Amino acid sequence: MPDRPPSETDPVPTSNESPQGIDKLTKMVRTRPGRGQIIAGILLAMLGFGAVVQGRAVSEPDDYAGARRGDLITLLDSLDKARDRTEDRLRDLEATKLDLQDDSTNTQAALREAREEAGALAILSGTVGASGSGIVVRIDDPAGQVGASTLLNVIEELRDAGAEAIEINDTARVVAQTYFADETNGVSVDGTVVSSPFIIDVIGHSHTLSEAVEFPGGVAEIVESLGGSVDVDERDTVDVTSLAVRREPAYAQSAE
Amino acid sequence: MIAILGLAIGLIGGLIIEPEVPDALRPYLPIAVVAALDASFGALRAYLDDIFDDKVFVVSFLSNVIIAALIVYLGDKLGVGNQLSTGVVVVLGIRIFSNVAAIRRHIFHA
Repeated sequence: MPDRPPSETDPVPTSNESPQGIDKLTKMVRTRPGRGQIIAGILLAMLGFGAVVQGRAVSEPDDYAGARRGDLITLLDSLDKARDRTEDRLRDLEATKLDLQDDSTNTQAALREAREEAGALAILSGTVGASGSGIVVRIDDPAGQVGASTLLNVIEELRDAGAEAIEINDTARVVAQTYFADETNGVSVDGTVVSSPFIIDVIGHSHTLSEAVEFPGGVAEIVESLGGSVDVDERDTVDVTSLAVRREPAYAQSAE
Repeated sequence: MIAILGLAIGLIGGLIIEPEVPDALRPYLPIAVVAALDASFGALRAYLDDIFDDKVFVVSFLSNVIIAALIVYLGDKLGVGNQLSTGVVVVLGIRIFSNVAAIRRHIFHA
């Protein structure tokens, strides 16, 4: 505030006494800032700063600072109880989780078993393709003497030897219910007509299978006696790709 | 005038900057503030008594603050920090009251 001469409205000392009380304060406020005022200002700035900082530090929220001992104990007790309840709940939930995991594991095991069984059954019933070690039997029949019964003989021998999947000429899958019938131009296998040369893909133990075909007095000799020839080829991989005719049981029902 | 301005600047600065009190200074700040308050009231009283001297003010202000902090520090080290803090605040409070009483007599003549 600039120093200005006293005006009529300003309170001025009316006597020669040294200025008193409020007048002194007014004078202090008005005097030209000297060194003392500046230093006092700096120190008071520090004071104000410190006071505000401290005030803020104190007013930081501390909800429990003023709480009574009894209240705090009650609060602590209720927190303990809440924690106990939560822990109980946690235990229950974990037990449930374990149960569910067991269930799920059992279900998965059952499912896996069922899938394996279904796969095995599918191969046996000829509803899926199969591949594995086995033999390829080639029957040449230039004389046209090899008919349904001879072919059935061959198939029976192969079944006895543990054939797991059989197909003829890559078109006719042979399963348990497969029938063979003579046709004018060959043999009907489940309605699919195959003709010489018959190429029979068989999956199973290849050595056992070839023995079953070639043993003395077996099917190979029968075919040869009919003027044909039998050629057995053992292979590491035989692919059976054709599918059997689909049959729905008309009379039989699952006993389960 | 400058003094009042300084006080205002300090207050506003504290409000704007919002500094965190360092943990090391936390116990001493309140006592220091009370001590500074005492020095300030003492200075105002001295001014009204026509014996104000800025050198005295500066020295009393700083020594008040430092001694208050030292007492608290000593109290903390001796394990009686709370009691000594209370003692310092009581003493400074009495001084502030007496200073304010003197100022009041100057201003209101009562």
